[in-house]
Amino acid sequence: MDKDEHEPVIEVTDLRRVYGGGFEAVRGITFSVARGEIFALLGTNGAGKTSTVELLEGLAAPAGGRVRVLGHDPYRERAAVRPRTGVMLQEGGFPAELTVAETARMWAGCTSGARPEPEVLELVGLADKHRVRVKQLSGGERRRLDLALALLGEPEVLFLDEPTTGLDAEGRRDTWKLVRNLRDAGTTVLLTTHYLEEAEGLADRLAILHEGRIAASGTPAEVTAGRPSRMSFELPEGYFPGDLPPLADLGVCDHESDGRTVLLRTAELQRTATAVLAWAERAGVELRGLDVRSASLEEAFLGIARERGMTS
Amino acid sequence: MSGTGTGAGRGGVSGVRRRAVSGWKGGPGPGALAPVARRLRALARAELALLGRNRGAVFTALAMPLTLPFAMRPALDDLDLKKEGLDIGTVLLTTAIGFSFLFAVYTSLVSAYVARREELVLKRLRTGELSDPEILTGTALPAIALGLAQAVVLSAGCAALLHTGAPKAPYLLLPGLLAGLVVSAALAALTASFTRTAESAQVTALPMVFVSMVGSGITVPTEVMPERLASVCELLPLSPAIRLIRAGWSGQLGTHETLGALATALAWTIVAVFAVRRWFRWEPRR
Repeated sequence: MDKDEHEPVIEVTDLRRVYGGGFEAVRGITFSVARGEIFALLGTNGAGKTSTVELLEGLAAPAGGRVRVLGHDPYRERAAVRPRTGVMLQEGGFPAELTVAETARMWAGCTSGARPEPEVLELVGLADKHRVRVKQLSGGERRRLDLALALLGEPEVLFLDEPTTGLDAEGRRDTWKLVRNLRDAGTTVLLTTHYLEEAEGLADRLAILHEGRIAASGTPAEVTAGRPSRMSFELPEGYFPGDLPPLADLGVCDHESDGRTVLLRTAELQRTATAVLAWAERAGVELRGLDVRSASLEEAFLGIARERGMTS
Repeated sequence: MSGTGTGAGRGGVSGVRRRAVSGWKGGPGPGALAPVARRLRALARAELALLGRNRGAVFTALAMPLTLPFAMRPALDDLDLKKEGLDIGTVLLTTAIGFSFLFAVYTSLVSAYVARREELVLKRLRTGELSDPEILTGTALPAIALGLAQAVVLSAGCAALLHTGAPKAPYLLLPGLLAGLVVSAALAALTASFTRTAESAQVTALPMVFVSMVGSGITVPTEVMPERLASVCELLPLSPAIRLIRAGWSGQLGTHETLGALATALAWTIVAVFAVRRWFRWEPRR
């Protein structure tokens, strides 16, 4: 049944998580992830990303709502789910005094249908580190060891909690490539990140979490579609924002200014930009620091933070 | 890097897994034990390597049971052991085995559980296929094996050097050792539940160590205690184990008393297991 391509591999309905002290970290979120999809949970620190992923991994029981992974409750039906999932926690989890090879051998012994350990260490570029103790690895190398072990059992579903934090630019690109290859081979991937370009470049679909709720979700294009583009520039001495043509005529939906620098948000970037530049041409004004950019995930992300009264 | 190799075998592999999973749901058959043994072996092997690399733990585990009993010998010489049918060799041997339970198994395991929790190892293990009891058991196996090996070596050594001779009731030794090792490991997990850091483990383990040393017949044989005090002390966690092992050599334990000791050990194990299920913490407090 769960072989069905259209059946969601991960199904989350009105999920809630409350910690011992009464803090409600996850406040009713709903989403689903299809087979072979990369889904990103995006958010600032404290948005509830890890709290959510831990519920999907079955490390804790939700305070409310429902989680299904491959059709099973990951907390109550652990034995049914675990052989088919791979997990990379946000940090650590390996004894400092074991070597890379010993750690991999231990994990392989605990994983059904494990691939040979040297193969996965090779996959993440740690083959030459197999005799090094975990405590001597760099932060990035530890992330890659964690990823290697998550891949040992050839999981159908992969949970990656901030997989590239601590990696250098090259390591990050390698990890992205690896994750894409896994997705292309049919693996379902749920990852969390606070890197906007990671979510934008890697995810098929994403959800932006804010204070335990989903503030926006969809494909990266859908999430940014409803967002205004932006244009900013600096007016020369003697000119004021009031000198600009009426903003409503420019298609501007929102603006900010400190008297000199002007930031315009618009749903019709071409129209706004054309009108502003035509005005500058006519008035013989040089607009310094001119910056015109279409809606990006960053804009969507900052927009959500701004709308919800969060300082950025 | 290339992840393309993962796709080809997927259908077949997951098909096999799915069958295995449905077998699980119907209750673990004989075939379900093989993966459990494999996982326990993998975890125990890693834990043994870690134990070997922790010099402090190795020293405590080896030195305490081998040296402390002999430091106590002068005090024991003052007790009228013959009246109770005991000889100095038997008393020293059970004392040494008792210290082995306390230091090679109990204390070292409290530290190991807390250290693995602090390193987030327990949390990471719980994301895998190991069940919670498997994680706790696999972690405990090297310490339990060490305790067992010490008991065997101590028995042979005492037989040779202190002329304890052959045990008079050898059938009591196995349940005695089993009770001591299992209760020590279970109480170590329980103590770890209430221990925040590896440093505080040195303090939280002390009450059990002191109470057992004084009350469970490890330093003072319960046989020489006033009767009322002795009957209370017999209910302490390690008392049944010590009693059974000592009786294994002296041969002096009736059926009634043997069953009582076994029941006490079983009760402590059950209490510890339920308490661990209720209170054991798998992650550090934030």
